[in-house]
Amino acid sequence: MAGQAVALRAPSAERAVERGQWQMAFERFRMHRPAIAGVIVLGTLALLSAAAPIVSPYGPEKNNLLLIYEGPSLSHPMGTDSLGRDLATRILYGGRVSLSIGLLAVTVAITVGTVVGTVAGFYGRWIDSALMRFVDMMYSFPRLFLLILFGVFFKGMSLPVIVTVLGLLSWMTTSRLVRASFLSLKNREFVEAARCIGARDRRIIIRHILPNSIAPIIVAATLGIAGAIIAESTLSFLGLGIQPPTPSWGNMLKDAPAEMNIAPWTAIFPGLAIFLAVVSINFIGDGLRDALDPHHVVRRA
Amino acid sequence: MGTYITRRLLQAIPLLLGISVVSFAILKAVPGGPLAAYESNPNVTDEDLRRLEHTFGLDQPLPVQYLGWLSKFLVGDWGYSFVSHQPVLGLIGERLPNTVTLMGTVFLTVLVLAIPIGVLTAVKQYSWFDHLVTGATFAFLSTPTFWLGLLLIIAFGLQLKLFPLGGMATLGMPFDPIDRLRHLILPVATIALVQLGSHVRYLRASMLETITQDYMRTARAKGLSERSLVVRHALKNAAIPLVTVVALDLPELFVGALVTEQIFGWPGMGRLFWDSATRSDYPVLMGILAVSSALIVFANLLADVVYGYLDPRIRFS
Repeated sequence: MAGQAVALRAPSAERAVERGQWQMAFERFRMHRPAIAGVIVLGTLALLSAAAPIVSPYGPEKNNLLLIYEGPSLSHPMGTDSLGRDLATRILYGGRVSLSIGLLAVTVAITVGTVVGTVAGFYGRWIDSALMRFVDMMYSFPRLFLLILFGVFFKGMSLPVIVTVLGLLSWMTTSRLVRASFLSLKNREFVEAARCIGARDRRIIIRHILPNSIAPIIVAATLGIAGAIIAESTLSFLGLGIQPPTPSWGNMLKDAPAEMNIAPWTAIFPGLAIFLAVVSINFIGDGLRDALDPHHVVRRA
Repeated sequence: MGTYITRRLLQAIPLLLGISVVSFAILKAVPGGPLAAYESNPNVTDEDLRRLEHTFGLDQPLPVQYLGWLSKFLVGDWGYSFVSHQPVLGLIGERLPNTVTLMGTVFLTVLVLAIPIGVLTAVKQYSWFDHLVTGATFAFLSTPTFWLGLLLIIAFGLQLKLFPLGGMATLGMPFDPIDRLRHLILPVATIALVQLGSHVRYLRASMLETITQDYMRTARAKGLSERSLVVRHALKNAAIPLVTVVALDLPELFVGALVTEQIFGWPGMGRLFWDSATRSDYPVLMGILAVSSALIVFANLLADVVYGYLDPRIRFS
């Protein structure tokens, strides 16, 4: 009976502490000014992109051959491109594509990385060695070269393909983070205690160990989004990613080398969008790292 | 340490074999290939295709093809380009000096600038200089390389007309060091600014950690000048993490910077990979992939060994 009482109390006590920690982390994040600026800029970009059909009077693929290479003006704040399409509109629609790719690719990467890291760290032994050698191997491939090969293979990539390929080429850091936290936690007393009261592997992994590795995963994921956005834009710039006429921030710059002497704005604005998004995400990642730093959490809890 | 290095080298062998198997498999999965051009040609009969397949060894089972490639690769026979029919090793040898010129200049520039800037930002933490540099490094780290390259071309090539827009030399001109230098500046700046950002941040962070340590206070109490304090006592320790970062950059010295080479029309290894990829020129792709992954594996090994050598607190086990 006594054991049951402990078992009933433990989860709620744990939850209370957890909430406290997250609240404190949130307080610290709020004090990080660059991160808050990042949230505002990125939020604005994402909102405007999501609301693109409402914000803009033009369509993303609407040609106007009477208005090609118009410089920035009141009706076209960022000018028009080689087909007379409104650049600002295309940047907003491109934002939908580029931001979603960043988010989704990282979701794939985090999922794969967490599963691999969990299996390796929790079960150890030969499974661990085999998986970690595989991670070593994945790390040793030049990522851009592989991306280019896949781009050639698929003759340019659609959104689901690029998300899968990017995700499957960038899960390794997460797997190492997760594995490390499993190795350091799986023999601790609280895990043993959970096992003693009859918790199965699944429960120990999901309820007891994984929550402890969430902080580094969140930071890695945030910075991973920035990396994925840059990777997608590079690939689409090279003509192997998202194919026109669907705009992405990268493929809008594809013709820039040929056009930049007559219409430099076509080279400047889409890149500026990438830059703003990536800077914001990096700032947010920095803020999250400071806020979630496990040393702080341990000391304060 | 000798045994450690030996063990790591032995571990590298299965790793490299695994990499080569996967690379081979990926390249085989890519459609196209040496016969793609003939397949749509009505004058080439099926029989001709079979014969060509046989000549290239493409009718053999994949494991046999792989072992054939591997045994030849190990003795320096890297095969012939499907496109130009030149030996792969020769093609790589042709491009390698160009990439080394470009990336070597980047390497030196970054090192020469990163060390003083990183040290200064740490010593003068929270000064206007520190804020300026920290902001700039953050910005450059968040800029896609290709866009930075385009901006530099617009600003310094098209508007100010200070530097050529691309290529390695002015057409029709004999080799001239000044001309080469002018062609180098923009591509070097493109890669260097991004790398500089990461190196300065590394050095700043590790300097900040070092200068607050007890032995620094002791050294100061002994009456050492601030200069020798920073250079001889702090930098020596703070530079250790930077050394490993630099070691991990080494593969780029030979593999090149594909995107930058592409934008500036620099005929290096990156361009070679790009041209071969778009033409499905497997032998060349396989050669470059093998070289670059081997370089990455050895750079990692080098970084670990150098780190342990410079920092006696790390023990090899």
